[in-house]
Amino acid sequence: MMNPVYRRRLWVHRIGISLSFFAMIIGIGFLAWILIMLLIKGFGAVNLAMFTETTPGPGSTGGGLMNAIVGSLMMVGVGTLISTPIGILAGIYLAEYGEVSRFAQVTRFVTDIMLSAPSIVIGLFVYAIYVTNIHHFSGWAGSFAISLIAIPVIVRTTDNMLNLVPTSLREAAFALGAPRWKVATMVRLRAVKAGVMTGVLLAVARISGETAPLLFTAFGNQFFSANMNGAMANLPLVINQFAMSANDNWITLGWGAALLITFSVLALNILSRLLSTQKVPG
Amino acid sequence: MINHTPVNAGHKTTIEISGLNFFYGNFQGLKHINLKIHEKKVTAFIGPSGCGKSTLLRTLNRMYDLYPGQRAEGKIMYNGRNILEPGQDVNMLRAKVGMVFQKPTPFPMTVYDNIAFGVRLYENLPKGEMDERVEWALNKAALWTEVKDKLHKSGLSLSGGQQQRLCIARGVAVKPDVLLLDEPTSALDPISTAKIEELISELKGDYTIAIVTHNMQQAARCSDYTAYMYLGELVEFGETDQIFMNPDKKETQDYITGRFG
Repeated sequence: MMNPVYRRRLWVHRIGISLSFFAMIIGIGFLAWILIMLLIKGFGAVNLAMFTETTPGPGSTGGGLMNAIVGSLMMVGVGTLISTPIGILAGIYLAEYGEVSRFAQVTRFVTDIMLSAPSIVIGLFVYAIYVTNIHHFSGWAGSFAISLIAIPVIVRTTDNMLNLVPTSLREAAFALGAPRWKVATMVRLRAVKAGVMTGVLLAVARISGETAPLLFTAFGNQFFSANMNGAMANLPLVINQFAMSANDNWITLGWGAALLITFSVLALNILSRLLSTQKVPG
Repeated sequence: MINHTPVNAGHKTTIEISGLNFFYGNFQGLKHINLKIHEKKVTAFIGPSGCGKSTLLRTLNRMYDLYPGQRAEGKIMYNGRNILEPGQDVNMLRAKVGMVFQKPTPFPMTVYDNIAFGVRLYENLPKGEMDERVEWALNKAALWTEVKDKLHKSGLSLSGGQQQRLCIARGVAVKPDVLLLDEPTSALDPISTAKIEELISELKGDYTIAIVTHNMQQAARCSDYTAYMYLGELVEFGETDQIFMNPDKKETQDYITGRFG
Protein backbone atom coordinates (compact mmCIF):
# COMPACT_ATOMS: atom_id res chain seq x y z
CA MET A 1 0.00 0.00 0.00
CA MET A 2 2.56 2.62 1.11
CA ASN A 3 4.61 2.72 -2.05
CA PRO A 4 7.48 5.26 -2.17
CA VAL A 5 5.73 7.60 -4.61
CA TYR A 6 2.68 7.82 -2.41
CA ARG A 7 4.77 8.22 0.75
CA ARG A 8 6.65 11.09 -0.88
CA ARG A 9 3.41 12.74 -1.91
CA LEU A 10 2.14 12.41 1.64
CA TRP A 11 5.21 14.20 3.00
CA VAL A 12 5.02 16.97 0.43
CA HIS A 13 1.40 17.36 1.41
CA ARG A 14 2.22 17.58 5.13
CA ILE A 15 4.96 20.15 4.58
CA GLY A 16 2.71 22.20 2.33
CA ILE A 17 -0.14 22.18 4.82
CA SER A 18 2.20 23.13 7.69
CA LEU A 19 3.68 26.04 5.76
CA SER A 20 0.31 27.44 4.75
CA PHE A 21 -1.00 26.99 8.29
CA PHE A 22 2.03 28.89 9.60
CA ALA A 23 1.44 31.68 7.08
CA MET A 24 -2.19 31.87 8.10
CA ILE A 25 -1.24 32.16 11.79
CA ILE A 26 1.08 35.07 10.98
CA GLY A 27 -1.61 36.84 8.98
CA ILE A 28 -4.43 36.31 11.42
CA GLY A 29 -2.17 36.74 14.44
CA PHE A 30 -1.13 40.24 13.49
CA LEU A 31 -4.66 41.21 12.56
CA ALA A 32 -5.93 39.96 15.93
CA TRP A 33 -3.10 41.73 17.72
CA ILE A 34 -3.93 45.03 16.00
CA LEU A 35 -7.62 44.68 16.76
CA ILE A 36 -7.09 43.72 20.40
CA MET A 37 -4.65 46.58 20.93
CA LEU A 38 -7.10 48.97 19.30
CA LEU A 39 -9.94 47.73 21.49
CA ILE A 40 -7.93 48.02 24.70
CA LYS A 41 -6.46 51.44 23.98
CA GLY A 42 -9.34 52.90 22.03
CA PHE A 43 -12.23 51.78 24.15
CA GLY A 44 -11.20 54.19 26.90
CA ALA A 45 -11.88 57.06 24.52
CA VAL A 46 -15.32 55.88 23.50
CA ASN A 47 -17.97 57.92 25.29
CA LEU A 48 -20.72 60.29 24.35
CA ALA A 49 -18.33 63.25 24.31
CA MET A 50 -16.37 61.61 21.51
CA PHE A 51 -19.34 62.15 19.21
CA THR A 52 -20.57 65.49 20.56
CA GLU A 53 -17.46 67.53 21.32
CA THR A 54 -14.75 68.85 19.06
CA THR A 55 -11.06 68.02 19.31
CA PRO A 56 -9.48 69.62 22.40
CA GLY A 57 -6.65 72.12 22.21
CA PRO A 58 -3.15 71.21 23.35
CA GLY A 59 -2.90 70.68 27.08
CA SER A 60 -6.64 70.75 27.74
CA THR A 61 -8.67 67.80 28.92
CA GLY A 62 -11.83 66.14 27.64
CA GLY A 63 -13.10 66.90 24.15
CA GLY A 64 -14.12 64.56 21.37
CA LEU A 65 -13.86 63.89 17.68
CA MET A 66 -17.11 65.37 16.40
CA ASN A 67 -15.46 67.77 13.94
CA ALA A 68 -13.25 65.01 12.57
CA ILE A 69 -16.13 62.54 12.25
CA VAL A 70 -18.29 65.06 10.39
CA GLY A 71 -15.36 66.14 8.21
CA SER A 72 -14.50 62.55 7.31
CA LEU A 73 -18.11 61.67 6.56
CA MET A 74 -18.53 64.71 4.32
CA MET A 75 -15.31 64.26 2.42
CA VAL A 76 -15.68 60.50 2.00
CA GLY A 77 -19.31 61.08 1.01
CA VAL A 78 -18.44 63.63 -1.66
CA GLY A 79 -15.44 61.56 -2.76
CA THR A 80 -17.75 58.55 -3.22
CA LEU A 81 -20.30 60.61 -5.13
CA ILE A 82 -17.59 61.80 -7.50
CA SER A 83 -15.83 58.51 -8.00
CA THR A 84 -18.75 56.07 -8.26
CA PRO A 85 -20.32 57.32 -11.51
CA ILE A 86 -16.95 58.01 -13.13
CA GLY A 87 -15.56 54.66 -12.02
CA ILE A 88 -18.57 52.62 -13.13
CA LEU A 89 -18.88 54.38 -16.49
CA ALA A 90 -15.18 53.97 -17.18
CA GLY A 91 -15.43 50.31 -16.16
CA ILE A 92 -18.30 49.81 -18.60
CA TYR A 93 -16.29 51.49 -21.33
CA LEU A 94 -13.31 49.20 -20.69
CA ALA A 95 -15.43 46.07 -20.62
CA GLU A 96 -17.32 47.01 -23.79
CA TYR A 97 -14.47 48.37 -25.87
CA GLY A 98 -11.42 47.10 -24.00
CA GLU A 99 -10.59 44.33 -26.45
CA VAL A 100 -10.47 46.36 -29.61
CA SER A 101 -9.74 49.97 -28.88
CA ARG A 102 -6.21 51.18 -28.36
CA PHE A 103 -7.52 54.02 -26.23
CA ALA A 104 -9.23 51.53 -23.90
CA GLN A 105 -6.05 49.52 -23.54
CA VAL A 106 -4.13 52.65 -22.58
CA THR A 107 -6.89 53.59 -20.12
CA ARG A 108 -6.71 50.17 -18.51
CA PHE A 109 -2.92 50.43 -18.22
CA VAL A 110 -3.10 53.90 -16.67
CA THR A 111 -5.78 52.70 -14.25
CA ASP A 112 -3.47 49.93 -13.10
CA ILE A 113 -0.71 52.45 -12.49
CA MET A 114 -3.13 54.68 -10.57
CA LEU A 115 -4.09 51.71 -8.40
CA SER A 116 -0.58 51.47 -7.07
CA ALA A 117 0.32 55.17 -7.13
CA PRO A 118 1.56 56.36 -3.72
CA SER A 119 -1.33 58.28 -2.18
CA ILE A 120 0.92 61.14 -1.08
CA VAL A 121 1.68 61.82 -4.73
CA ILE A 122 -2.02 62.17 -5.39
CA GLY A 123 -2.30 64.54 -2.42
CA LEU A 124 0.57 66.63 -3.75
CA PHE A 125 -0.99 66.65 -7.21
CA VAL A 126 -4.27 68.08 -5.94
CA TYR A 127 -2.30 70.52 -3.80
CA ALA A 128 -0.35 71.72 -6.81
CA ILE A 129 -3.24 72.09 -9.23
CA TYR A 130 -6.01 73.17 -6.85
CA VAL A 131 -4.94 74.29 -3.38
CA THR A 132 -2.13 76.56 -4.60
CA ASN A 133 -4.57 78.23 -6.97
CA ILE A 134 -7.25 78.99 -4.42
CA HIS A 135 -4.64 79.84 -1.75
CA HIS A 136 -6.32 77.97 1.10
CA PHE A 137 -6.91 74.39 2.20
CA SER A 138 -10.29 72.96 1.38
CA GLY A 139 -12.57 70.01 2.03
CA TRP A 140 -13.35 69.90 -1.69
CA ALA A 141 -9.68 69.42 -2.45
CA GLY A 142 -9.63 66.57 0.08
CA SER A 143 -12.63 64.98 -1.63
CA PHE A 144 -11.01 65.28 -5.06
CA ALA A 145 -7.81 63.73 -3.80
CA ILE A 146 -9.51 60.70 -2.25
CA SER A 147 -11.82 60.28 -5.25
CA LEU A 148 -8.69 59.99 -7.40
CA ILE A 149 -7.76 57.03 -5.22
CA ALA A 150 -11.22 55.49 -5.35
CA ILE A 151 -11.77 55.82 -9.12
CA PRO A 152 -9.20 53.23 -10.26
CA VAL A 153 -10.46 50.75 -7.65
CA ILE A 154 -14.04 51.11 -8.92
CA VAL A 155 -12.97 51.04 -12.58
CA ARG A 156 -11.04 47.83 -12.11
CA THR A 157 -13.72 45.97 -10.15
CA THR A 158 -16.46 47.09 -12.55
CA ASP A 159 -14.36 45.98 -15.52
CA ASN A 160 -13.52 42.62 -13.90
CA MET A 161 -17.09 41.99 -12.82
CA LEU A 162 -18.55 42.82 -16.24
CA ASN A 163 -16.12 40.40 -17.84
CA LEU A 164 -17.62 37.62 -15.71
CA VAL A 165 -20.94 38.01 -17.52
CA PRO A 166 -21.24 35.13 -20.00
CA THR A 167 -21.05 36.14 -23.66
CA SER A 168 -24.26 34.23 -24.28
CA LEU A 169 -26.20 36.65 -22.08
CA ARG A 170 -24.93 39.64 -24.03
CA GLU A 171 -25.60 37.92 -27.33
CA ALA A 172 -29.14 37.13 -26.21
CA ALA A 173 -29.77 40.81 -25.57
CA PHE A 174 -28.22 41.80 -28.88
CA ALA A 175 -30.31 39.13 -30.59
CA LEU A 176 -33.45 41.02 -29.59
CA GLY A 177 -32.16 44.06 -31.41
CA ALA A 178 -31.12 45.97 -28.30
CA PRO A 179 -28.63 48.78 -28.85
CA ARG A 180 -25.23 48.44 -27.26
CA TRP A 181 -25.74 50.89 -24.39
CA LYS A 182 -28.90 49.10 -23.31
CA VAL A 183 -27.18 45.73 -23.40
CA ALA A 184 -24.31 47.18 -21.37
CA THR A 185 -26.41 48.82 -18.70
CA MET A 186 -29.71 46.94 -18.52
CA VAL A 187 -28.38 43.43 -18.95
CA ARG A 188 -24.66 43.21 -18.42
CA LEU A 189 -24.23 45.68 -15.57
CA ARG A 190 -27.42 44.45 -13.97
CA ALA A 191 -26.18 40.88 -13.93
CA VAL A 192 -23.24 41.85 -11.72
CA LYS A 193 -24.60 44.81 -9.81
CA ALA A 194 -23.86 43.13 -6.48
CA GLY A 195 -20.22 42.71 -7.47
CA VAL A 196 -19.96 46.29 -8.65
CA MET A 197 -21.51 47.51 -5.40
CA THR A 198 -18.90 45.46 -3.57
CA GLY A 199 -16.20 47.28 -5.48
CA VAL A 200 -17.69 50.65 -4.55
CA LEU A 201 -17.89 49.67 -0.88
CA LEU A 202 -14.30 48.48 -0.86
CA ALA A 203 -13.24 51.75 -2.47
CA VAL A 204 -15.14 53.65 0.23
CA ALA A 205 -13.40 51.55 2.87
CA ARG A 206 -10.08 52.30 1.25
CA ILE A 207 -10.54 56.06 1.09
CA SER A 208 -11.96 56.42 4.58
CA GLY A 209 -8.58 55.47 6.00
CA GLU A 210 -6.43 57.51 3.61
CA THR A 211 -4.27 60.07 5.38
CA ALA A 212 -1.64 61.29 2.95
CA PRO A 213 -3.98 62.74 0.30
CA LEU A 214 -5.72 64.84 2.96
CA LEU A 215 -2.50 66.22 4.42
CA PHE A 216 -2.01 68.94 1.80
CA THR A 217 -5.64 69.33 0.83
CA ALA A 218 -8.14 69.27 3.70
CA PHE A 219 -5.27 69.93 6.11
CA GLY A 220 -7.32 69.38 9.26
CA ASN A 221 -9.13 71.76 11.55
CA GLN A 222 -9.20 71.92 15.29
CA PHE A 223 -12.66 73.42 15.27
CA PHE A 224 -15.97 72.30 13.93
CA SER A 225 -16.51 73.27 10.31
CA ALA A 226 -18.99 71.96 7.78
CA ASN A 227 -17.66 74.33 5.16
CA MET A 228 -16.25 72.21 2.35
CA ASN A 229 -14.46 75.26 1.00
CA GLY A 230 -12.20 75.61 4.03
CA ALA A 231 -9.78 73.50 6.02
CA MET A 232 -11.57 70.47 7.39
CA ALA A 233 -10.96 68.11 10.26
CA ASN A 234 -10.89 64.37 9.51
CA LEU A 235 -10.19 61.18 11.41
CA PRO A 236 -6.99 59.97 9.72
CA LEU A 237 -5.23 63.28 10.24
CA VAL A 238 -6.40 63.45 13.85
CA ILE A 239 -4.80 60.05 14.42
CA ASN A 240 -1.64 61.23 12.73
CA GLN A 241 -1.46 64.40 14.79
CA PHE A 242 -2.64 63.06 18.15
CA ALA A 243 -0.76 59.78 18.19
CA MET A 244 2.55 61.59 17.78
CA SER A 245 1.85 64.07 20.57
CA ALA A 246 3.04 63.82 24.17
CA ASN A 247 -0.39 64.62 25.50
CA ASP A 248 -2.15 61.64 27.10
CA ASN A 249 -5.59 63.01 26.40
CA TRP A 250 -4.73 63.43 22.71
CA ILE A 251 -3.18 59.99 22.51
CA THR A 252 -6.31 58.41 23.95
CA LEU A 253 -8.50 60.30 21.49
CA GLY A 254 -6.16 59.21 18.69
CA TRP A 255 -6.76 55.59 19.62
CA GLY A 256 -10.47 56.28 19.72
CA ALA A 257 -10.33 57.69 16.19
CA ALA A 258 -8.35 54.65 15.03
CA LEU A 259 -10.94 52.35 16.57
CA LEU A 260 -13.73 54.25 14.86
CA ILE A 261 -12.12 54.06 11.41
CA THR A 262 -11.19 50.42 11.79
CA PHE A 263 -14.69 49.41 12.75
CA SER A 264 -16.25 51.43 9.94
CA VAL A 265 -13.91 49.78 7.45
CA LEU A 266 -14.62 46.38 8.98
CA ALA A 267 -18.36 47.04 8.69
CA LEU A 268 -17.97 48.07 5.04
CA ASN A 269 -15.95 44.94 4.30
CA ILE A 270 -18.50 42.67 5.95
CA LEU A 271 -21.29 44.41 4.04
CA SER A 272 -19.45 43.94 0.75
CA ARG A 273 -18.88 40.27 1.62
CA LEU A 274 -22.59 39.81 2.17
CA LEU A 275 -23.31 41.47 -1.16
CA SER A 276 -20.76 39.47 -3.10
CA THR A 277 -22.11 36.12 -1.95
CA GLN A 278 -24.96 36.73 -4.40
CA LYS A 279 -24.36 34.55 -7.40
CA VAL A 280 -23.27 35.69 -10.83
CA PRO A 281 -25.77 34.31 -13.33
CA GLY A 282 -24.40 31.92 -15.85
CA MET B 1 -61.53 36.57 -45.77
CA ILE B 2 -60.39 35.76 -49.26
CA ASN B 3 -57.17 33.89 -49.35
CA HIS B 4 -54.87 35.26 -52.01
CA THR B 5 -51.91 33.13 -51.09
CA PRO B 6 -50.78 30.97 -53.97
CA VAL B 7 -51.15 27.23 -53.81
CA ASN B 8 -47.48 26.68 -53.23
CA ALA B 9 -47.47 29.04 -50.20
CA GLY B 10 -45.66 26.43 -48.21
CA HIS B 11 -42.72 26.77 -50.52
CA LYS B 12 -42.38 30.52 -50.38
CA THR B 13 -38.84 31.54 -49.58
CA THR B 14 -38.19 33.75 -46.58
CA ILE B 15 -34.43 33.84 -46.73
CA GLU B 16 -32.32 33.10 -49.76
CA ILE B 17 -28.63 32.53 -49.22
CA SER B 18 -26.36 32.58 -52.23
CA GLY B 19 -22.61 32.38 -52.59
CA LEU B 20 -22.10 32.89 -48.86
CA ASN B 21 -18.53 32.76 -47.60
CA PHE B 22 -17.64 33.38 -43.98
CA PHE B 23 -14.28 34.13 -42.41
CA TYR B 24 -12.95 34.01 -38.87
CA GLY B 25 -9.89 36.12 -39.56
CA ASN B 26 -8.07 34.07 -42.16
CA PHE B 27 -9.95 30.88 -41.53
CA GLN B 28 -12.83 30.25 -43.85
CA GLY B 29 -15.74 28.93 -41.82
CA LEU B 30 -18.33 28.73 -44.59
CA LYS B 31 -17.67 27.94 -48.21
CA HIS B 32 -19.99 29.09 -50.94
CA ILE B 33 -23.30 28.25 -49.32
CA ASN B 34 -26.48 28.34 -51.41
CA LEU B 35 -29.70 27.66 -49.57
CA LYS B 36 -33.33 28.70 -49.35
CA ILE B 37 -35.16 28.87 -46.06
CA HIS B 38 -38.85 28.39 -46.61
CA GLU B 39 -41.59 30.42 -45.02
CA LYS B 40 -43.33 28.90 -42.00
CA LYS B 41 -41.32 25.72 -42.23
CA VAL B 42 -38.65 24.30 -39.95
CA THR B 43 -35.22 24.01 -41.51
CA ALA B 44 -32.72 21.92 -39.55
CA PHE B 45 -28.93 22.22 -39.85
CA ILE B 46 -27.07 19.07 -38.93
CA GLY B 47 -23.46 18.00 -39.12
CA PRO B 48 -20.47 17.22 -36.92
CA SER B 49 -19.03 19.83 -34.52
CA GLY B 50 -17.19 22.61 -36.27
CA CYS B 51 -18.98 22.07 -39.60
CA GLY B 52 -20.24 25.65 -39.65
CA LYS B 53 -23.91 25.13 -38.86
CA SER B 54 -23.93 27.58 -35.94
CA THR B 55 -21.80 29.97 -37.98
CA LEU B 56 -24.40 29.87 -40.74
CA LEU B 57 -27.20 30.52 -38.27
CA ARG B 58 -25.30 33.47 -36.82
CA THR B 59 -24.96 35.12 -40.22
CA LEU B 60 -28.76 35.25 -40.53
CA ASN B 61 -29.07 37.85 -37.75
CA ARG B 62 -25.55 39.17 -38.25
CA MET B 63 -24.56 38.10 -34.74
CA TYR B 64 -20.98 37.85 -35.98
CA ASP B 65 -20.95 41.68 -36.20
CA LEU B 66 -20.17 41.75 -32.49
CA TYR B 67 -16.77 40.29 -33.14
CA PRO B 68 -14.15 42.16 -35.09
CA GLY B 69 -12.30 39.88 -37.46
CA GLN B 70 -15.39 37.94 -38.44
CA ARG B 71 -16.91 38.78 -41.81
CA ALA B 72 -19.32 37.41 -44.36
CA GLU B 73 -19.34 37.74 -48.14
CA GLY B 74 -22.08 36.88 -50.57
CA LYS B 75 -25.78 37.40 -50.44
CA ILE B 76 -28.45 36.72 -47.86
CA MET B 77 -31.70 38.04 -49.30
CA TYR B 78 -34.41 38.77 -46.76
CA ASN B 79 -37.42 41.01 -47.45
CA GLY B 80 -36.02 41.98 -50.81
CA ARG B 81 -32.61 43.12 -49.66
CA ASN B 82 -29.18 41.73 -48.97
CA ILE B 83 -28.78 41.89 -45.20
CA LEU B 84 -25.02 41.62 -45.49
CA GLU B 85 -24.83 45.06 -47.05
CA PRO B 86 -23.35 47.75 -44.82
CA GLY B 87 -26.53 49.86 -44.96
CA GLN B 88 -28.58 47.20 -43.15
CA ASP B 89 -29.77 48.31 -39.70
CA VAL B 90 -28.73 45.30 -37.62
CA ASN B 91 -30.97 46.14 -34.69
CA MET B 92 -34.04 46.23 -36.93
CA LEU B 93 -32.91 42.97 -38.54
CA ARG B 94 -32.51 41.29 -35.17
CA ALA B 95 -35.95 42.46 -34.11
CA LYS B 96 -37.33 40.53 -37.10
CA VAL B 97 -34.98 37.56 -36.88
CA GLY B 98 -35.00 36.34 -33.27
CA MET B 99 -32.58 33.86 -31.75
CA VAL B 100 -32.58 31.32 -28.93
CA PHE B 101 -29.28 29.96 -27.68
CA GLN B 102 -27.85 26.68 -26.51
CA LYS B 103 -27.81 27.61 -22.85
CA PRO B 104 -30.87 29.32 -21.43
CA THR B 105 -30.04 33.01 -21.09
CA PRO B 106 -32.69 34.68 -18.95
CA PHE B 107 -31.83 38.29 -18.19
CA PRO B 108 -31.20 39.15 -14.53
CA MET B 109 -34.68 40.59 -14.07
CA THR B 110 -38.22 39.39 -13.37
CA VAL B 111 -40.01 36.91 -15.63
CA TYR B 112 -42.29 39.76 -16.73
CA ASP B 113 -39.43 42.14 -17.51
CA ASN B 114 -37.58 39.43 -19.39
CA ILE B 115 -40.42 39.46 -21.90
CA ALA B 116 -41.13 43.20 -21.73
CA PHE B 117 -37.47 44.14 -22.27
CA GLY B 118 -37.50 43.27 -25.95
CA VAL B 119 -40.99 44.64 -26.56
CA ARG B 120 -40.08 48.00 -25.01
CA LEU B 121 -37.22 48.36 -27.48
CA TYR B 122 -39.62 48.90 -30.35
CA GLU B 123 -43.06 49.54 -28.96
CA ASN B 124 -44.48 51.95 -26.45
CA LEU B 125 -47.30 49.91 -25.00
CA PRO B 126 -49.54 51.02 -22.15
CA LYS B 127 -49.44 48.77 -19.10
CA GLY B 128 -52.60 46.84 -19.95
CA GLU B 129 -51.43 45.98 -23.47
CA MET B 130 -47.99 45.07 -22.21
CA ASP B 131 -49.60 42.68 -19.70
CA GLU B 132 -51.55 41.11 -22.54
CA ARG B 133 -48.43 40.81 -24.70
CA VAL B 134 -46.50 39.14 -21.89
CA GLU B 135 -49.32 36.67 -21.31
CA TRP B 136 -49.65 36.04 -25.05
CA ALA B 137 -45.92 35.38 -25.45
CA LEU B 138 -45.78 33.10 -22.41
CA ASN B 139 -48.77 31.21 -23.76
CA LYS B 140 -47.07 30.85 -27.13
CA ALA B 141 -44.10 29.30 -25.35
CA ALA B 142 -46.38 26.99 -23.33
CA LEU B 143 -45.12 28.53 -20.12
CA TRP B 144 -48.00 30.72 -18.92
CA THR B 145 -49.68 28.23 -16.62
CA GLU B 146 -46.37 27.41 -14.94
CA VAL B 147 -45.24 30.98 -14.31
CA LYS B 148 -48.40 33.06 -14.05
CA ASP B 149 -47.93 33.30 -10.29
CA LYS B 150 -44.21 33.96 -10.60
CA LEU B 151 -44.25 36.87 -13.05
CA HIS B 152 -42.50 39.14 -10.61
CA LYS B 153 -39.92 36.63 -9.48
CA SER B 154 -36.48 36.56 -11.05
CA GLY B 155 -36.21 34.76 -14.39
CA LEU B 156 -33.20 32.97 -12.92
CA SER B 157 -35.42 31.24 -10.35
CA LEU B 158 -37.06 29.07 -13.03
CA SER B 159 -35.87 25.57 -13.93
CA GLY B 160 -33.59 25.09 -16.93
CA GLY B 161 -36.38 23.96 -19.24
CA GLN B 162 -38.62 26.79 -18.09
CA GLN B 163 -35.78 29.27 -18.61
CA GLN B 164 -35.37 28.08 -22.17
CA ARG B 165 -39.08 28.45 -22.85
CA LEU B 166 -38.86 31.91 -21.26
CA CYS B 167 -36.16 32.72 -23.83
CA ILE B 168 -38.41 31.46 -26.61
CA ALA B 169 -41.28 33.56 -25.24
CA ARG B 170 -38.95 36.53 -25.14
CA GLY B 171 -38.04 35.97 -28.77
CA VAL B 172 -41.67 35.54 -29.82
CA ALA B 173 -42.88 38.58 -27.86
CA VAL B 174 -41.28 41.06 -30.27
CA LYS B 175 -43.25 39.40 -33.11
CA PRO B 176 -40.40 38.41 -35.39
CA ASP B 177 -40.75 36.65 -38.77
CA VAL B 178 -37.94 34.20 -38.22
CA LEU B 179 -36.71 32.29 -35.17
CA LEU B 180 -33.18 30.96 -35.11
CA LEU B 181 -32.67 28.16 -32.61
CA ASP B 182 -29.05 27.28 -31.88
CA GLU B 183 -29.10 23.82 -30.28
CA PRO B 184 -31.97 24.90 -28.04
CA THR B 185 -32.30 21.61 -26.20
CA SER B 186 -28.73 20.43 -25.80
CA ALA B 187 -28.57 21.65 -22.19
CA LEU B 188 -31.98 20.26 -21.23
CA ASP B 189 -33.37 17.02 -19.85
CA PRO B 190 -35.52 14.74 -22.08
CA ILE B 191 -38.85 15.98 -20.73
CA SER B 192 -37.99 19.63 -21.27
CA THR B 193 -36.60 18.68 -24.68
CA ALA B 194 -39.89 17.05 -25.63
CA LYS B 195 -41.75 20.18 -24.57
CA ILE B 196 -39.52 22.42 -26.67
CA GLU B 197 -39.88 20.13 -29.70
CA GLU B 198 -43.64 20.20 -29.34
CA LEU B 199 -43.41 23.96 -29.14
CA ILE B 200 -41.35 24.13 -32.34
CA SER B 201 -44.05 22.26 -34.26
CA GLU B 202 -46.65 24.69 -32.96
CA LEU B 203 -44.60 27.80 -33.60
CA LYS B 204 -43.97 26.96 -37.23
CA GLY B 205 -47.58 27.87 -37.93
CA ASP B 206 -46.59 31.49 -37.42
CA TYR B 207 -42.84 31.69 -37.83
CA THR B 208 -40.11 30.57 -40.14
CA ILE B 209 -37.76 28.49 -38.03
CA ALA B 210 -34.12 27.53 -38.50
CA ILE B 211 -32.69 25.11 -35.97
CA VAL B 212 -29.17 23.85 -35.41
CA THR B 213 -29.08 20.48 -33.72
CA HIS B 214 -26.67 17.71 -32.83
CA ASN B 215 -29.53 15.38 -32.34
CA MET B 216 -30.45 13.55 -35.51
CA GLN B 217 -33.77 12.31 -34.16
CA GLN B 218 -34.64 15.86 -33.30
CA ALA B 219 -33.97 17.00 -36.84
CA ALA B 220 -36.04 14.10 -38.17
CA ARG B 221 -38.90 14.75 -35.74
CA CYS B 222 -39.28 18.51 -35.98
CA SER B 223 -38.02 19.71 -39.31
CA ASP B 224 -39.48 19.97 -42.80
CA TYR B 225 -36.14 20.61 -44.48
CA THR B 226 -32.70 19.43 -43.49
CA ALA B 227 -29.29 20.71 -44.46
CA TYR B 228 -26.28 18.49 -43.86
CA MET B 229 -23.04 20.41 -43.51
CA TYR B 230 -19.46 19.30 -43.30
CA LEU B 231 -16.25 21.36 -43.02
CA GLY B 232 -17.96 24.62 -43.87
CA GLU B 233 -19.72 23.25 -46.92
CA LEU B 234 -23.33 22.46 -47.52
CA VAL B 235 -23.21 18.80 -48.54
CA GLU B 236 -26.87 18.18 -49.07
CA PHE B 237 -30.09 20.04 -48.64
CA GLY B 238 -33.61 18.81 -49.14
CA GLU B 239 -36.85 17.75 -47.56
CA THR B 240 -36.22 16.05 -44.25
CA ASP B 241 -37.92 12.80 -45.28
CA GLN B 242 -35.80 12.53 -48.36
CA ILE B 243 -32.55 13.38 -46.53
CA PHE B 244 -33.20 10.80 -43.84
CA MET B 245 -34.76 8.03 -45.97
CA ASN B 246 -32.98 8.39 -49.22
CA PRO B 247 -30.08 10.84 -49.25
CA ASP B 248 -28.37 11.56 -52.56
CA LYS B 249 -24.88 11.60 -51.15
CA LYS B 250 -23.00 8.86 -49.40
CA GLU B 251 -21.51 11.29 -46.82
CA THR B 252 -24.98 12.29 -45.71
CA GLN B 253 -25.98 8.65 -45.45
CA ASP B 254 -22.88 7.85 -43.36
CA TYR B 255 -23.51 10.72 -40.96
CA ILE B 256 -27.18 9.99 -40.53
CA THR B 257 -26.68 6.31 -39.90
CA GLY B 258 -23.96 7.08 -37.35
CA ARG B 259 -21.10 5.59 -39.30
CA PHE B 260 -19.43 8.96 -39.17
CA GLY B 261 -19.48 12.02 -36.88
